[in-house]
Order: sequence, then C-alpha cells, then structure tokens
Amino acid sequence: MDDIAPAIELVGISKAFGPVQANKDISIRVMPGTIHGIIGENGAGKSTLMSILYGFYKADAGEVFINGQKTEIPDSQAAIAAGIGMVFQHFKLVQNFSVLENVVLGAEDGALLRPSLAKARKQLKSLAAEYELNVDPDAIIEDIGVGMQQRVEILKALYRQADILILDEPTGVLTPAEADQLFRILGRLKEEGKTIILITHKLREIMDITDTVSVMRRGEMDSTVKTSETNPADLAERMVGRKVLLRVDKVPAQPKDVVLEVKDLNITDEKGVHRLKSVSFNVRAGEILGIAGVSGNGQSELLEVLGGYEKATGHVLMNGVPLDLTGAHSDGQSRRARGIAHVPEDRQHEGLIMDFSAWENTAFGYHHDAKYQRNGLLMDNAAIMQDAQEKMDRFDVRPPNPMLAAKNFSGGNQQKIVVAREIERDPDLLLVGQPTRGVDIGAIEFIHQQIVALRDAGKAILLVSVELDEIMGLSDRIAVMFDGQIMGERLPQDTNEKELGLLMAGVTDGEAA
Amino acid sequence: MDKMPKWADVVLVPVVSLLLAAIISVIVFLTIGQNPWEALKLMAFGAVGTSDFLGYTLFYATNFIFTGLAVAVAFHASLFNIGGEGQVLLGGLGAAVVVLLVPWPHWTLALIAGGTAAAVFGALWVVIPAYLQARRGSHIVITTIMFNFMASGLLIYALSGPLKPEGQMQVASALFPEAAHLPSLNDIAQIFGSDMFGRSPVNISILIALLACVAVWALIWHTRLGYQIRALGRSESAARYAGISAVNITMITLLISGGLAGMMAINNTMGINSPQLVDNAAGGAGFIGIAVALMGRNHPIGIVIAALLFGALYQGGAELSAATSIPVQIVVVIQALVIMFTGALDEMVRAPIEKLFIRFGRSRTVEE
Repeated sequence: MDDIAPAIELVGISKAFGPVQANKDISIRVMPGTIHGIIGENGAGKSTLMSILYGFYKADAGEVFINGQKTEIPDSQAAIAAGIGMVFQHFKLVQNFSVLENVVLGAEDGALLRPSLAKARKQLKSLAAEYELNVDPDAIIEDIGVGMQQRVEILKALYRQADILILDEPTGVLTPAEADQLFRILGRLKEEGKTIILITHKLREIMDITDTVSVMRRGEMDSTVKTSETNPADLAERMVGRKVLLRVDKVPAQPKDVVLEVKDLNITDEKGVHRLKSVSFNVRAGEILGIAGVSGNGQSELLEVLGGYEKATGHVLMNGVPLDLTGAHSDGQSRRARGIAHVPEDRQHEGLIMDFSAWENTAFGYHHDAKYQRNGLLMDNAAIMQDAQEKMDRFDVRPPNPMLAAKNFSGGNQQKIVVAREIERDPDLLLVGQPTRGVDIGAIEFIHQQIVALRDAGKAILLVSVELDEIMGLSDRIAVMFDGQIMGERLPQDTNEKELGLLMAGVTDGEAA
Repeated sequence: MDKMPKWADVVLVPVVSLLLAAIISVIVFLTIGQNPWEALKLMAFGAVGTSDFLGYTLFYATNFIFTGLAVAVAFHASLFNIGGEGQVLLGGLGAAVVVLLVPWPHWTLALIAGGTAAAVFGALWVVIPAYLQARRGSHIVITTIMFNFMASGLLIYALSGPLKPEGQMQVASALFPEAAHLPSLNDIAQIFGSDMFGRSPVNISILIALLACVAVWALIWHTRLGYQIRALGRSESAARYAGISAVNITMITLLISGGLAGMMAINNTMGINSPQLVDNAAGGAGFIGIAVALMGRNHPIGIVIAALLFGALYQGGAELSAATSIPVQIVVVIQALVIMFTGALDEMVRAPIEKLFIRFGRSRTVEE
C-alpha cells in the first residue's frame, strides 16, 4: 500500500481569519479509490479545509499534494484542472437552464454553443451508463427534484474530468431512499477508482459508507481512523471532546386535554398545487407530536398556517376555540396572543434578524408586549436588554453578550436565542421546526432537554423535523407527512426507521404496516 | 463577523471617499489650467469665509437635512425613495396654497400650517408609488422617479395658471404675505444687536430640521414602529414570521419619508428672503439627499454632518464660479464627484478597507 501515492495529501495546513484560527496545522492523507469521511461540529473547520483544497481560500501555511505531486491551488479553475470536483451543500445551478446547459456552463469549448452541447449530450449518456447517473439532459432544473439536481452537480464535476469528488453535507435535503441511491452512486464511483471525500455531521452515514474517517475539532485534526475500527459513540466523543448522550433522556409522557385540534386543513397555492391535503391531527397537553417527512412535503406550510403567516381552509381549534385561518386575525401577533409560540424552521430568515443585536431579537415577534413599552410612544429598550441578558444566561448562550449581532453567534447559539425567546413565554403550544438543523451536538442535547422540560410542564408540542433520529428520540407520537398528507401515525416504541422511511416515501399505511 | 470596527465604517470610509473625490477634482482643475489650491481656498472662503456665506451654507444644509432624513427613513425599510425631488415640489405647493389662501396673523401659525401642509402634500405625492410597491410590487425606484417628472409638470401648470398672480411674467406664485414671513437667523441675531448671517436666507427652519433629526432618531431606534421598519428592512421573511405587516409598514414608512421631503418647503419656499414658490424650488436637493443619507449612514447625526458638507460644497462652489473664470459647470462636476464617491462608489472604497482590516486582524471577531 505504501508505494501508492495518496490521491490527496495535505501537510500542515493552517488558516486564520483575523484572530480566529479556522485550521491549525492540519495534515490528512486520502488514498485513491476510497471514500473518506470528515466529521466535526459546526465551526470545526471542515468547510474551511475543503475551501482551501478547492481554491476558495489561500492557506497561511502548508502544502497540498495531488497524486504525490505538490500542487498550488490558487483558484477553483486550478482545482478543476487538478481533477478535483466539489458538490456544494447549496447547489450552484441555474434554475431555468436545462440539465445539459448547466453541465456545459463554464466549460464551453468555443463561442458557439451547439458543438459543446452535442459533445456534452454524448458524454452524459456514457456517464449515465457507467455510474447509473440517469438524468434527462433536456429537463429544466426547476422542474426536477433535489435528488436529481444533486446528480446534475455530480455530473458537472465528472464532465470536468474530476477524479476526486468532495461532497459537502450531501444528504441534508434527501429522503432516506434518495440518500441510499446517492450512496449507491458513490459506491460505483469508488469502484471505478474515483476518490470521494464526504463532509457530514451524520454519524450513521460515516459508519455506512466511508472507509476511513477524520474527526475535526476546533480547527484541529483530532484523529483519523478506519471506519471499521470505530463506532458512533466513539466518534461523537471525539467530535465534542467529551461523552455525549446520543439518546434523549425522558420519562413517559402524561398526555392530558387536547390543546391543538387540526381538522381537514387544505392549502392550494396560486399554481393550483395542493400543498396540504385534508390534514387532521391533534396534540394534547404534556405530549410531543413529531411530524416526520422529507422536507417539502407540506410540513413547512403546516407550521406557517399554525404560526399565522399562511392562509388555509379547514378548522383549527386552540383550546377548543377556532383560529382565524384567512382573515384579519391570521397573523403572527394574533397567534402569539393565543398562547402559540413558534421556533421556525429557518432561524436565519425567519426566527432571527441576523443584523439585529441579540437583545433586539429577544423581543422579536413580542415587540407589542406591554412589558417592552415605556409609555404609549417609546419602547423600553432597557427592559428588553435586561430580559435578553437573563434569557441568555439561563440558556447558556455564548458569548453572553446581548449587544452582539445575531449573525456573529454560532448556529447553536443562534438557535438557543430563538428557543429561549419562545419557550420563556410559557406558551400553551410550542411549534418547533427543525430545532437542531445546523446546530452542534452539545447544543442539540441542551435544546432537546428544554423541549422535553416544556412537555413535562404540561405543554403541547408540535415538532417537525427531517431528522428521523430526532423524531424517534423526542416524540411521544409520530405522524408522517408525504405530499401534503398525513400518511399515518405511529408510536415510537412500535415502529422503526424502515417503516417510517416507507411512509415518508409515500407508501400507504396499509402497505407499510 | 463584523468586518471592521464601527469607527472605520462611520469615519474612515467617508473620509477616504472624500479624499478620492478631492484627488480627481485636483486633476480636473489642473486640466483646465487652474490652481487647485487657490480654487480650494476660494471655495472654503465662499462656504464659511464670512457670516453671510456661512448663512448660505447653513441654508442649503437645512434643505439637505430634510431630504437626507427622507431617504434615510425609507432606507431603514430597504426602500429606495428617489422621489424626494417631486415630494419637495409638492410640499412647496402645499405650503404656498395654505399660506396664500389663509391670512395667517402670525408667522408661528403660518409655520405650523404651512409645515403641516408641506408634509401632507409631500406624503400624498408618494401614496400611489407606495401603494403600488406594497400591494403590487411595482418598484419604488421606477415609480418615484416618474413621479418627479409629473410633479415638475404639475408645478409648472400651477405656477403658470391657478397660482400665477395677474400681470406677472415670471413662472412663480405671488409673494407670501408679510405676516407669514419666517424670521431669518439674522432677524434673531439683530434682537441681540448682532448682524450675524447678514442677508443670507438661513432661517428658523434649521431648528425644525434639527428637531426632525431628533424625531427620526427616536422613531427609528426607540419606537415600536421604528423597530418594525428596521425588521422589515433587514428581513422580509422574518417580519412575516413575526406578524409584521409588510404592506402597512411599507405604506407608513414611505408616507413619513415623503412628508419629511415635503417639509423642506418651509425652508426653501417659506423661509427665503422674498418667500414665494418658484418652478425650480427643489434645486436638486431631492437627489443630494440620497448622497447625504448614504454618507451619513442613515443616522441623523451623520446626516447633519453630511448635509453641512454638501451645503458648504454647494455654497462654496457657487462663490467659486462667481469669483473666478472657472465655469459653473466645473463646480457641478466637483459636486458630482463628491456625490459619486460618497454615494454610488461607497462599496468600491469600503471593500478594500474591509480587506485591510481582515488582513491585519484588528477587527473584533467571534468564533463562528
């Protein structure tokens, strides 16, 4: 083995942004024809390291060897020339171009498009046959699903003759089935001798597919081990630097009266697409109802309707009294007044104003509260500030500085600010969307504990998450959504990921059971 | 992370922008064979050299404070109201109608009535663009600039028809009645036996402008409405989540913005030495307000400073062309350079400065 040069070897890579050392003396060897995982919490420096490899950043120190050759990578063109392809977490595709046009974009052979497109069409056909990467070359990107779009990204890299493929959190937007398909494709690529680097925070994916795994922590390379010689608990401990509880610790629920009753909820958007189809369920005080499903199957719309900023037809009763779903009282203010708090799915675009300081975000959505007003005219900024400081201390937000803009906190601490704001209202019903998306393991533990504590205080909780582990770990009952409908309800102790996965893929209740 | 400390954003960037504008201005003067140092001295003298000149500088600065505030308030909601020019003209129309129709017994009443009318007319002129933006998504930049042309046409119609006194050749309204004349700062100085500000038109409106600065500061940072305006401006999706009505806030913000622009009329229509409404009453102040707001970082204190600078430039430039053979067009070029560098090219100056700060690591950063 030793006489084969590694496909990628990084030696002593360091990179600082101002006083922040994002990468500290990192060395790593990735052998050709293997799948190498890189895991670490948010801010551990994974993305910085890959950005250096792809030419987005210039390292302060260190060397890059590709296939044993020392290589300078000043920009992404050089990375592509060195045979490196990258599939970003957020796809970089032109939405109204066809698959073919996207593949060719930036790699045209001349001023005229026709010959390039013809060549690409032929290439795509052979790539599709070789790697089971079937995509209709004439389909328009906005018309195809995310799984397909991801394949287009992979095809783009292969069309540019990439031998080394870097994938950044590739399964974040996929169903379990789509993820399996992706892994099959990655397996094929590996068989054909390609080298793959998989950046992820999902321990299961690392265990399932990689040959070797590197763990990064706070900008440093903690360790590189053979996947066959480790286990999830060991990896989690290496990531965080301490023992982590992977399961949520909770006592059985004590459900009481129905707090939220949803009956026959429907949404038809302006294009005539049915976003919600006769959705009915209820949530009782003292229980967590988890809604599982791949993102984009109506969960977001459901949360938006209940949160007051999407219109719908049907009936929703809150403590037995109907909510206004279309009229003047279907807004966030009215919902909050009815005892509904909402941790939205997208904290960066909904839950927080990133440019506002933490203290201003503490009042966000509750800025009409009497306790935040000084008199009829002015707001009591001092009261908001004090409130913010208390909440940040109680929820261990770091750094505990309310003057800092929300965008300057890590994902986990941003989420703690939102969760603190919503839970501290002592709501009757808490809507929670993707509570731990992009949140580091330490903060996940804390946020889960807070949600369970609210349940134990006798409140109703509606949890929406695309992470099956989270749904299984937190929920007292599980409903699965697919294509705007509830496919079925299960108790966590009576079901398993396979069954839920089938429901999430649209297999009807009878067939899945 | 914040890319650079606040002082660099607030002070360094505008200063570097001004220096760049100055360098190009020097080249312009050299090209036309003038001594730039002499020109600068003349301009500085023309702006603040005598108390008359200083008075003119303050008079123009008053105009720019109103239009700068108007642009800034809209900016906080991420709305770009470039219709200040038209709103100023309508404000003038409002003030003129109210002051000419009603025989106000005292200037204080005239000021309150005229100021209110100016604000209301300015605000009304933005109602249609605001509605189209809030409800129909028609871009406010397009609609407000079109409304500038309409305002100009409307004013000329009014001044050559309904508001034109009989037998007058000029396109202007009648002179406002004596009782409605606002006291100039010179009038006030004379009470104390001084002849400060001489014949310059700077008047009591400058105090109203400063009051407006305090009011805008309180509105934006200390009221719920201001909180909602800023929230909507920073993130429309988050505002939706919080239950902030984008339609209502957009309408209200633009009405306030139009009202502030309209209020400039108390200075340039009611406050001048022979108060009347003329056809070019706005004099470009609506557009200079954009540069003032940008340079002042949409903060009232910054706006006052920027307005003083532009006031000095305006007045100093006028004196320069009056006192030398330097054509007035060159003065306009200098003014345009300053507007361009402090306004439109702001990012060009900011980006390299930010890079320097990141490279030398002096910025306050927090681990992400």
